[in-house]
Amino acid sequence: MNSDRRRAIERGTGDAPLRGLDPLRLTARDAKRLLVDGEISSAELTKVYLDQIAAVESKVRAYILHTPDNAAKYSTKVDREMQAMRGPLAGLPIAVKDNMVTEGVTTTCASKMLHNYQPVYTATAVRQVWEDHVVMLGKTNLDEFAMGSSTENSAYQVTANPWDLSTVPGGSSGGSAAAVAAGEALWALGSDTGGSIRQPAALCGIVGMKPTYGAVSRYGLIAFASSLDQIGPLTRSVYDCALLLQHLVGHDPRDATSVELPEPVALPTAERLDGLRVGVPSEYLAVGIEPGVRARFDETLARIEELGGACVEISLPHTEYALPAYYIIAPAEASANLARFDGVRYGYRCADPVDLLDLYERTRGEGFGPEVKRRIMIGTYALSAGYYDAYYGRAQKVRTLVRRDFDEAFAGVDLIASPTTPTVAFKAGSRTSDPLAMYMSDICTIPANLAGLPALSIPCGLSDGLPVGFQLIGPAFSENRLLEAAHALEGAIGFDTAPTFRGARRERDANGWRADWPAPPGPITFSPEDAQS
Amino acid sequence: MISEDDVRYVAKLARLRIEQDEATRMTGELAKILAHIDKMSELDLAAVPPTAHVLDVVNVTREDKERPSLPREEALRNAPAVSDECFRVPRMG
Repeated sequence: MNSDRRRAIERGTGDAPLRGLDPLRLTARDAKRLLVDGEISSAELTKVYLDQIAAVESKVRAYILHTPDNAAKYSTKVDREMQAMRGPLAGLPIAVKDNMVTEGVTTTCASKMLHNYQPVYTATAVRQVWEDHVVMLGKTNLDEFAMGSSTENSAYQVTANPWDLSTVPGGSSGGSAAAVAAGEALWALGSDTGGSIRQPAALCGIVGMKPTYGAVSRYGLIAFASSLDQIGPLTRSVYDCALLLQHLVGHDPRDATSVELPEPVALPTAERLDGLRVGVPSEYLAVGIEPGVRARFDETLARIEELGGACVEISLPHTEYALPAYYIIAPAEASANLARFDGVRYGYRCADPVDLLDLYERTRGEGFGPEVKRRIMIGTYALSAGYYDAYYGRAQKVRTLVRRDFDEAFAGVDLIASPTTPTVAFKAGSRTSDPLAMYMSDICTIPANLAGLPALSIPCGLSDGLPVGFQLIGPAFSENRLLEAAHALEGAIGFDTAPTFRGARRERDANGWRADWPAPPGPITFSPEDAQS
Repeated sequence: MISEDDVRYVAKLARLRIEQDEATRMTGELAKILAHIDKMSELDLAAVPPTAHVLDVVNVTREDKERPSLPREEALRNAPAVSDECFRVPRMG
């Protein structure tokens, strides 16, 4: 550490030594080292991302809300008070999915329903990283209420995939995935109910992890399906994923389903996979996996063997029933969770309601987009008298069978591998008119949510110039085993995370896309230090 | 098979105002989705217990002690209409 340099940083007069700092490739691990060594200040590091946002955001549109003034101000504060604030994540910029409430920062869930919502508290996962003095760059786009697999269901804007701007970034955490891939964030928080972290991470060529159900508090995560939702990291490397996860986990008395992990999250070091037994479920390869995806998947299995691991074929016989069960359970829970949006306590309210029922019905009819309405309808139908046993009751039993499949498989293998999603990024607008085709994007990721298991996706190569994701699923609370294996594999794959930005953005088409889109909330500023007091 | 009348009835239960064209479109979409979901009926589930939750759920209780709560003005801050320090709504139908 150069003491002159540190004094200059603390005075806020450090001249930018940004030699070779590439936001498309820089990892949080390296950024942290540069900060600790005094090679760069947090303000300078933050400016790298604000500059990249200025350069590419008009093409990508990953953020619903930018908080640049806060980011600049807060990073300077971290630099000035570096000694006091040198927590493990201090000064590292982050993006947050806009379904986590942030006090003082508009939180919309990408819905017209919450276009003006000013949270009065902060989600535990976000508060934990704020307390570590991360710098928040903004709130990222998503499918409305996290319902979707392409981020096209956002009420505000379409996010483009930085690898090919005419394709989707996946979803529902598509804004977070695209922001990281495009170098508009060092890393990001997302949430995963049926694949909403792993699938966009796969399509955008980054790392995404859904922890074991309960590992990360859901307090302040706007609920979609409470028995399935989990918050997790989207990062440029497996090491970064572990580093961020360390600061997300922990028991929270405010979330009755949160649990302490049996062992702390460790930063991965493995380079070999000696003795690791990896199961490959034949059912996951029978769901219409694209040839290019299959080829990269098979190559990755070969790498596992080169690193000393063994791949064996296994069976998860109820896989084909997981998707139908999910599309009852998730909408059923959603229909109950979204009952709170009724125009009374917060958010959108219809104009001139004649009575209370009119207020409820028109507020919800006008405030929710087509996919959210579809899921509320499915859920309400499945829970209604006469259909409960045939749908919800049956789906809960299928959930038991899916769990048992995994229990039996993990008696013989340490981890399970599959492609994260059957195809690479698809063209924007190509699946918006066919909900079922869209639901198929999550066919390989949904079972882990139903069983509550940890799972992650790492990039394993390109097909037609677009990233392919490799998914690893572990037994409950096997986060460290998953991260170690993924770290070793990542080293062997050597994927270059810099996207190509080819192609042109596609804006909304007529398929279920409303004409009366509300304007996104404009840039605002806030002071996380106030929120942290 | 779900009918357009079913869709209108369920929309009523869900407190969702849907227009005529929306009801028609949704009937087709829901029928297709429910047909896929009906795949579950291939399984004999008579002896299978349901899973509502993956964790062993235990009741979490806390001491019955008064704690500070959200101040009234904070709770009302996002309300579309307020009157006499309460949420204001139109009359019941």
